[in-house]
Amino acid sequence: MRRLLLVLCLFTVLLPAQSMAADKVLMMATTTSTADTGLLDDLAPAFQKETGIELKFTATGTGKALEMGRSCNVDVLLVHDPEAEARFVGDGFGINRVQLMYNDFVMVGPKADPASIKGKTVAEAMKALSGGKAPFISRGDKSGTHALELRLWKDTGVGVPEGKEWYVEAGQGMMRTIAMCAEKGGYTLTDRGTWIKYEAGLKEPGPLAIVVEKDQKLFNQYSSITVNPAKCPSAKADLADAFTKWMASPSTQKRIADFKLMEKPLFTPNAGK
Amino acid sequence: MDYLLDGLVTALRLLAMGDAETFSAVWITLAASGMSIAACLAIGAPLGFLIGYHDFPGRKAVRIAVDTALCFPTVVIGLLVYLLLSRQGPMGELGLLFTIPGMAIGLTLLGVPIVMAMTALAVEQADARLRLTLLTLGADGRQMLTATLWETRYHLMLAGVAAFGRIVSEVGISMMVGGNIKWHTRTITTAIALETGKGDYALGIALGLVLLAMALLLNLMLAALRRRAGR
Repeated sequence: MRRLLLVLCLFTVLLPAQSMAADKVLMMATTTSTADTGLLDDLAPAFQKETGIELKFTATGTGKALEMGRSCNVDVLLVHDPEAEARFVGDGFGINRVQLMYNDFVMVGPKADPASIKGKTVAEAMKALSGGKAPFISRGDKSGTHALELRLWKDTGVGVPEGKEWYVEAGQGMMRTIAMCAEKGGYTLTDRGTWIKYEAGLKEPGPLAIVVEKDQKLFNQYSSITVNPAKCPSAKADLADAFTKWMASPSTQKRIADFKLMEKPLFTPNAGK
Repeated sequence: MDYLLDGLVTALRLLAMGDAETFSAVWITLAASGMSIAACLAIGAPLGFLIGYHDFPGRKAVRIAVDTALCFPTVVIGLLVYLLLSRQGPMGELGLLFTIPGMAIGLTLLGVPIVMAMTALAVEQADARLRLTLLTLGADGRQMLTATLWETRYHLMLAGVAAFGRIVSEVGISMMVGGNIKWHTRTITTAIALETGKGDYALGIALGLVLLAMALLLNLMLAALRRRAGR
């Protein structure tokens, strides 16, 4: 009897939830950097106001975000791993991939710079780091940042230093990885946006500083992808495309450019370029 | 130390100013836990009574299984429920992933063993003491049944409060199944995880204090129940 009551209760709660879900709600999976920097908290209300579509986003690594698209649990993706994205689209899971904005990666490390990599190119820096003079903190979570880091290790001929004592795989989001890096006195690779946000949150100057930046290899492109409704009948491709169109529109692109922290822009819009 | 003080100040300010995001997280936490605790009691209490009161073959094995389930890691429950509710999972059609009812299902899996184990224990212990006492007082079968039920009523509530405490404070299930979506599935604990991820430690601590305040309230209730249960 009580169980019956419970089922009834659950249904009364579920039914309105279901009907609400049918009402122009767009489900997005994205990377931690777009959420942790506060960019999406800035964009989502404006998007709803201008289009009437509510944007629900869950922030995770790019790897898991793509997996959520593959398993039809979201309608649109905002991610930053061009190689994995190309595979995702190539396998037919995604359509309408549009580049929207970029920032760049920087390598941060102790101000004393024990591995002496300050001002070097990424390739030189990674070779120097493989000497193991200081820990390197890797995201280790299949995020877009992690994917780039792994590519860099391979490209520079060092190879992924997995299992080395100085190579620490954090398995956490970017902000926590930077915090761990500061605690351990190590180096890490981060997107510039999260780094600026990290610095903004410090009460007094921290132990870390940017050591390597402005290398062509450190370019960080963000794109949106519509989950292919041919693979996922539940996916709301029309709303997803509306989101992409809105993101690429001149007014939103300006909004992205104007999104600043400590008077530093975090992302540079580049839709249609 | 600064963070702790800042956290306290921030917590008081958020609560006093009626901060919409904080209250949304509190509300969602209560909604998911409330839904799930109702289900936990409805499912767990009868089952717990069954294994506590009746002797049947394999009862010991069932007890051990239930006690083992008490140690089920929340992230594993989260993963199982995620796969269950995922669009490509067996219950994908319901569209429950990233919703409060979806979280409640996961939280129920966490709470049911707690309610079962505590109910079973209460019934077993009540049996041993009550039966003898009531027999010496000359109670008949019907009086014994009502007396046993009366005694275990408080323990049932205790079980409910204990399970609620566990459910309200877990993060693994809420994060994986709920997805930490602002205004929809962001609970206090997932908000703390997010704020820590953002490096906003003061807000994380503030939310933690809110959760602690809820736990305090719960334990005051628990203490009152204990008194009434005569312990």
